[in-house]
Amino acid sequence: MTTVDTTIVRPRAVLHGAPPPGAEVLEAVDACAWFADNLVLDRVSLTMHAREVTALIGPSGCGKSTFLRLLNRMHELVPSATLAGEVRLGGVDIYAPGTRAQEIRKRIGMVFQKPNPFPAMSIRDNVLSGLKLARIRTDAPDDLVEQSLTRAGLWREVKDRLADAGGALSGGQQQRLCIARSLAVGPNVLLMDEPCSALDPTSTRRIEETIAEIGHEVTIVIVTHNMQQAQRVSDRCAFFLAAEGRPGHIVEQGPTDLMFSAPSDPRTLDYVSGRFG
Amino acid sequence: MTTLEKASIDLRTTVVAGDVPERPRPPRRRVATRTPQDRLIALGCALNSFLLVWLVAARLTSGMGWLGFGLVWYATFLAFLYVTTREQDGVVAATDTLVGTIIGSATAVLVVPFAWLIGYIVVRGAPSLRPGFFTHDMSGVGPTEPSTAGGGAHAIVGSLEQVSLALAFTLPLGLLTAVFLNETRSRWRRPVRILIDAMSGLPSIIAGLFIYAVLIIPFGHEGGLFGHDGFVAALALSITMLPTITRTVEVVLRLVPGGLREAALALGCSRARMVWSVVLPTARTGVTTSVVLGIARAVGETAPLLFTSFGLDLMNANPFSDPQESLPLFVYRNVQKPSQAAIDRGFTGALVLLLVVLALFAIARFVGRDRSGTRRRAARRRTTPNLEEAT
Amino acid sequence: MDDPPTRADRVFGLATSSAGIVVFVLLLLIGTFLVLRAKGTFDSQGLSFFTRVGWRTDVVPVRIGVLGLLAGTVIVATIAVIIAVPVGTMAALYITTYANPRLRSLLTRFVDLLAAVPSLLYGIWGSSFLGNQIVPLSRWLSRHGSWFPPFRTNEDASLTGTYFIAGVVVSLMVIPIITSITREVFSQAPPGEKEAALALGGSRWGMVRRVVLPFGRGGIVGGAMLGLGRALGETIAVSLLLPQGHILSIRILQNGGGTISGFVAQRAGSDAVTVSGLMAAGLVLFVLTLLTNLIASTVIARSRSGAEVDA
Repeated sequence: MTTVDTTIVRPRAVLHGAPPPGAEVLEAVDACAWFADNLVLDRVSLTMHAREVTALIGPSGCGKSTFLRLLNRMHELVPSATLAGEVRLGGVDIYAPGTRAQEIRKRIGMVFQKPNPFPAMSIRDNVLSGLKLARIRTDAPDDLVEQSLTRAGLWREVKDRLADAGGALSGGQQQRLCIARSLAVGPNVLLMDEPCSALDPTSTRRIEETIAEIGHEVTIVIVTHNMQQAQRVSDRCAFFLAAEGRPGHIVEQGPTDLMFSAPSDPRTLDYVSGRFG
Repeated sequence: MTTLEKASIDLRTTVVAGDVPERPRPPRRRVATRTPQDRLIALGCALNSFLLVWLVAARLTSGMGWLGFGLVWYATFLAFLYVTTREQDGVVAATDTLVGTIIGSATAVLVVPFAWLIGYIVVRGAPSLRPGFFTHDMSGVGPTEPSTAGGGAHAIVGSLEQVSLALAFTLPLGLLTAVFLNETRSRWRRPVRILIDAMSGLPSIIAGLFIYAVLIIPFGHEGGLFGHDGFVAALALSITMLPTITRTVEVVLRLVPGGLREAALALGCSRARMVWSVVLPTARTGVTTSVVLGIARAVGETAPLLFTSFGLDLMNANPFSDPQESLPLFVYRNVQKPSQAAIDRGFTGALVLLLVVLALFAIARFVGRDRSGTRRRAARRRTTPNLEEAT
Repeated sequence: MDDPPTRADRVFGLATSSAGIVVFVLLLLIGTFLVLRAKGTFDSQGLSFFTRVGWRTDVVPVRIGVLGLLAGTVIVATIAVIIAVPVGTMAALYITTYANPRLRSLLTRFVDLLAAVPSLLYGIWGSSFLGNQIVPLSRWLSRHGSWFPPFRTNEDASLTGTYFIAGVVVSLMVIPIITSITREVFSQAPPGEKEAALALGGSRWGMVRRVVLPFGRGGIVGGAMLGLGRALGETIAVSLLLPQGHILSIRILQNGGGTISGFVAQRAGSDAVTVSGLMAAGLVLFVLTLLTNLIASTVIARSRSGAEVDA
């Protein structure tokens, strides 16, 4: 048996009907979100730069996840949900009239808190499921499977059992399978909603390595409760807070090292040093 | 804004929200899944296909009746809608729209016949409905009398007595069986549950046949123990009611949070005490609802009565001897008679029956109204442990 | 649980178990008595009871057979299920994945209400109104679809009182049952997978096709079987809609035919010889529906516990 050197990046499998390749900048401008008449997110403006990892930190209930779901139009799936402001992908508002949510979600992938592979599908079919769902065609599905699993750091572990059910993997492997599944569609941005909160430390480390690798190829926005994780994986941070009668908003944002070493707002300092949250 | 932030990063400083002067909150946007344009397209497709079918296809498909015309129109409409949406938004969106429309229309198939049925029965039954219907039986009403003569009082009394008797048999038994299925750990729970499921699908005419075979054939002779009367009809009704009541009560018991049971046991209650003092009181509203629904089902049952209570045109308030009328039998027998007056009278009975069923349903909903929200939430919480238990 | 049970506990256990046993015994009794009462017919008719079409009690010895009725029962139930399964499943999809929460609870209650409407009312509506409305469609189908054998009709055959009309009316009664079962199964589809499908750029239909339908497949099959069981046993409406004659024909668009339950209902109050025959026919129906329902509940039970994953 020959070992495959996974560090060699193979030529990308050609996708038809996929988003234009490459990372894109994502900016929120005065984004607000309501559930029914409950304002949960108030005028959040944040630029998430291409090929960077942006971490959203803050105590629970401060609107981080709502904000993340606003970024790829998952917010509107809640029947009572409304919003205001703009979210621009490469300078174009994703909520502009006539824009289809499906097109946006193809370009802005999402990984959820709890691993959610399709349990009845094989590992291979899981990776390709996004293509089927979004009606993207590829000439070389096997190459795409290998490439996506490699980027998600899972190829070596599953390459001999691609036909096994996706639900049979361990939690950490399932989460990486979900990352591979999202990457297969060729998104410009990848959103991650506390991707490691349900995982053990070893799996968490593997996911963080994966983030570090793909962070150079796509724009990554990650919500995390874990200060150390934010420090390890992100280039920039935004600190969310919902307190003193104000709905969720950004208190402070900037390069991660500065946010942790010399924040300007005393509440940020309190939070990153673990005094609350 | 973007340039400002870019610059700030280059300077390696953080941005505090207070640094930037706050702008007024932008106007609220609602993201509609369906835009006015989509609606316009759908309307246009409906109109176009109507005209096309009317002008062209109707000549080819003449004589299909409005039903056939409607079906062809619907198919043409779908085709139009698909092609137009595909032209504009691509295959994925077109398929989505197409399937969404078909699925929506399936729901219409659920609603429309029901509304139609109600409307038809009201229109046919209301003209002959007089207060006398509730006070008279059919004594002395000849075949030539108008449909407003006579009434269904004997049928109403019979229905009332038979259903009450059936309930008296079913309620304790159904309740106990439900408790058996949900609160004990007997090995027999699984087979009993499967049998209850199977029994609930049993044709109700079999229940009538069974009672006929067991009680009336051996004991039904002159002066015998059982005959064609309301009591045996109530027994037959019980057989059809038992699985319904058991199953619905069991579902309600399952919704009682397991924490309550554990709390009671932790206080030193016996299992019997726990069921009696904790589980049943908690589930009381739900049990009432399911019992009322069970009654609503039983009131309209006709088939079990055919071999048992038989039907009679006269008032017989004694359910223990001689045949007895009931509302469904009254309707069934009258609509099959050749006289128009009898058929009209049958429809009046059907209207009364329909109103009774609707009223019972409304009562069930009214009784169960205040707890519906909490119950549903409790249900979700309870499903997982229950499944584990089952496997 | 290992404490010695108190007396209350013992009484409780006894009472509840005996209630459970009653159900057992009842079902057993129904089967036994039907067999006992039907025995005379089976003895005199032998196997030809299952192969003969016709019901002649006026000749000596009587010649009765259930084949025509059995065929009618299966045909009507099949038509009903063919209509009801797609409609019921789609309505359930609409309720669980398309409707907003308000409409969802409204429709859920509405389906409950539909299931409570007596079959008698469907029967009189179908026989005095809907049946006549279907006639033109039947005529058109028989004229243009005669390449399909079931759509053939005899010259100047009456198009009322047909298997087709009975099947359509019965389907209306079966739809609520199928809808409520599939709705329950669909509503358990794991929300995480549904979100994943949408987040990957899938449309709502994509999500339904890749997540909800595969998850609910067992429920659809089980619901269809249960609906079939209901349709097989449907009595009153069919007894009003079909002439209850004995024929062996697949021509669903022309007058004629009957079903076991409808025939039994019409012969209520007959003499002893007929009654034994009715019991035998009833036994056939009993076994048929019992088997269908047992398969249905097994399929549903297995799909919920087996196919469901940690969600």
